[in-house]
Amino acid sequence: MRFLFKTQYDQDIRLIKHGGQTFWYALLALALLIAPWSVGDYWMTQLSFILIYSIAGLGLMVLAGFTGLASLGHAAFLGVGAYTHTFLLSHGWPFLIALPSAALLAALVGVIVGLPALRVKGIYLAIATLAFGFIVEEVLARWESVTGGNSGRNVPGVSIFGLELGSGAGFYYVCLIVCTLSTLGVLNLLRSGTGRAFIAIRDSEISAQSMGIAIARYKTLSFAISAALTGAAGALYAHKLAFISPDQFSVLQSIELLLIVVVGGLGSVHGAFLGAIFLIALPQLIAVSKDWLPPAIGQASGLQGLIYGAVLVGIVLFEPLGLYGRWLKMRTYLQLFPFYRRGLFRRQKAFTKSERVR
Amino acid sequence: MGGLRQPRALQSNARVTAFLQLLISGISLGCIYALIALGFVLIYKATETVNFAQGELMMLGAFAGLALMQAAQLPFIVAALLALAAMVLLGVLVERVVIRPILGQPQFTVVMLTIGLGFMVRGVMTMVPGYGSDTHALPVPYKGQVWNAGALVVSVEQVVVIVVTVVLCALLYAMFRFSRIGIAMQAASQNQLAAYYMGIPVQRLNGLVWGLSAGVAALAGLLLAPFTFVHVNMGFIGLKAFPAAVVGGFGSLPGAIVGGLIIGVIEALAGFYLPEGFKDIAAYVVVLLMLVIKPNGLFGGSTRKKV
Repeated sequence: MRFLFKTQYDQDIRLIKHGGQTFWYALLALALLIAPWSVGDYWMTQLSFILIYSIAGLGLMVLAGFTGLASLGHAAFLGVGAYTHTFLLSHGWPFLIALPSAALLAALVGVIVGLPALRVKGIYLAIATLAFGFIVEEVLARWESVTGGNSGRNVPGVSIFGLELGSGAGFYYVCLIVCTLSTLGVLNLLRSGTGRAFIAIRDSEISAQSMGIAIARYKTLSFAISAALTGAAGALYAHKLAFISPDQFSVLQSIELLLIVVVGGLGSVHGAFLGAIFLIALPQLIAVSKDWLPPAIGQASGLQGLIYGAVLVGIVLFEPLGLYGRWLKMRTYLQLFPFYRRGLFRRQKAFTKSERVR
Repeated sequence: MGGLRQPRALQSNARVTAFLQLLISGISLGCIYALIALGFVLIYKATETVNFAQGELMMLGAFAGLALMQAAQLPFIVAALLALAAMVLLGVLVERVVIRPILGQPQFTVVMLTIGLGFMVRGVMTMVPGYGSDTHALPVPYKGQVWNAGALVVSVEQVVVIVVTVVLCALLYAMFRFSRIGIAMQAASQNQLAAYYMGIPVQRLNGLVWGLSAGVAALAGLLLAPFTFVHVNMGFIGLKAFPAAVVGGFGSLPGAIVGGLIIGVIEALAGFYLPEGFKDIAAYVVVLLMLVIKPNGLFGGSTRKKV
C-alpha cells in the first residue's frame, strides 16, 4: 500500500503522481516504441487501429464522459475528418497541414452541432446528434464532386517531407505520436480550469452555472475539442483503410464509438484506451472461439452483434464504471488485502435525477 | 404530367390526384411511425427512459406473426393476436429482468442498455435458422388488393394501417380516460412518489407499460410487414420514429400520433417534390429544426429542472 504525503498543492494536479507511475508508463512507452521490431505486420495493423480508435474514444470521452453530453452521431465527425483530409491531400496539401486542417474543420462542424445542443439536453441531445449523423452520412453520399459519393474514394499514402511512410511501422509511429499528443492534451485540459468546468457541468449544470461557469461557452468548447480529436482520428482512419465510403461512417460506427467509452468506463482517460483495445480484440476473440463452438452457433452471422449487445448490457448492469472501474476494484482489493469491503465502490441510487419536475 | 400535351384542367387534375396519392401513402407510413413513437412515449412517460430497442421489438413482433402463420399454419388474425400476446409478455419480462434494476440511473445508462438489447435481439434473430438470414413476405389476406376511388388508387394495406391506428388510439384513449389501471398509470407518470403513497403499485404498472409498448410495437411490425417484407433489419425504421416522438413532444401521447403523421407526410412529399436523397433525411432535418425552434415539441409542456 502506497501512501502519498502531499506537502504542496501542486501535487494534486501533477500529471505523474508518484514513482510507480513513472516506472510503468515508461515501460509502456518503451514497449510501444520497440513494438515494430518485436511483433509482426498483422499486430502492427491491429495496434495502429487501437491507437486510432483510442484518439476517437478520447474525443468522445471529453464530450460524454467529462461534460456529460451524450452523442449518438460521433461517426459524423470521424467522417468529416476523413473526407477533409483525403480531399486536401488529393489537392496537394502536405500531410502535416492537412491533418490539423481536418481536425479544425471537424471542430467547426462540432461548434455548429453544439449550438442547438445548448437548448436541449439529455435524450433530446442524443436524438439531435443522431439526426445530425444521418444528415452528414447522406451529404457524404450525395456531394459527389468532393466525396466521390457511394463509390468511395482512394486515400493516398502518408508522406512527410517527401518521405513515404507506407502503411506499416512508419504509419504506426505517426499514429503513436498523434495519440500521445492528444492524450497529453486531454490530460492537461482536464487539470486546467476548462476541464474542471466541463466536469462541473457534467455533475450539475445548475450548480456550475451558479458558480459562474458560462455553460454555453464551455459546452460549445467541449463539442469543438471532442470533434477535433475525432476528426484527427478520422484522418488517420482514412489512411489506415486506404479507401473510404460513406457507409463506414454510419450510425453503427457511432454506436461502436459509444461502445468504446461505455465499456472502457465513462469519465476516465484510461477507459478510452481499454475500450479501444476491447473493440479491436473482440472480433479476434470471436474468431478464435468459433472453432470451439458448435457450428450452428459459431458460423452464424449474428454472433458478433449478439456478443456486442450482451457485453453492453452486462457492463451497464454489473459494472457501470467499465473496464477501468473493474481494474480499480481489483487494484484496491490487492492493496487493501484483506480489508476490502464490497460496498467500497457501490453506486448510489439517484432517484432524484429525474428530468421531470411537477 | 408527362411529355404528352394535355388540356390544362386535366393536367392540374392529375397533379391534385398525385398529391392526394402521396398524402395517403404518407399518412399510412406516418401511422407506422406514430405507433412506434407511441411505444417510446408510453415508456418515457412511465419510467423516464428511452427504449432504443423499440424497432427491434417491432421486428420480433413481425417475425412472431410470420412464424405462427408459416409453422403453425394459423390464420392471420389468430396469429396476429397470439404474436401480440407473446410480445406483451416479452415486454413485461424485459422490464422485470433488465430495466428495473437500473431505474434511477442517469438516462444515458438506460439508452446504452437498450441499444445493447437491440443488438442482442438482432443477433439472436439472425442466428435463427431458416428465418434470420432471409426476407419474407407476410401472407396477409388483404395483400395486393386495391380500391379505386375516381382517379385515386388506394391499396387495402394502407387503409388497414390507418384504420387499425385509429382504433388503437381510441382504445388507448378510453383506457387512460376511464379504466382504473389507465388512471393509475397516468398518476404514476405524473408523480411516482405521490402515486406510491396513494397505494398504486408503480413497479407493476411500469412492467405493464413496457408490455403495452411492446404490444404496440408488435402491431406496428405486423402492419408494416406487407410494405417492407419481414427481415432482421426492419427495426431500423425505429430510428425514424424518434423524430416523430420529438416533433410531437416526447411526453405526449397525442403528440406522438401527430408527430408520426407529420413526419410520414413530409417524407412522402419530399420524396416526390425534392431532389433525390432528401426523402431519407427529411425526418432528421425536421427534427433538428424542431429542436432549435421549439425544443419541447408541439405538445410538450415546458419543464424546468430544480436543483
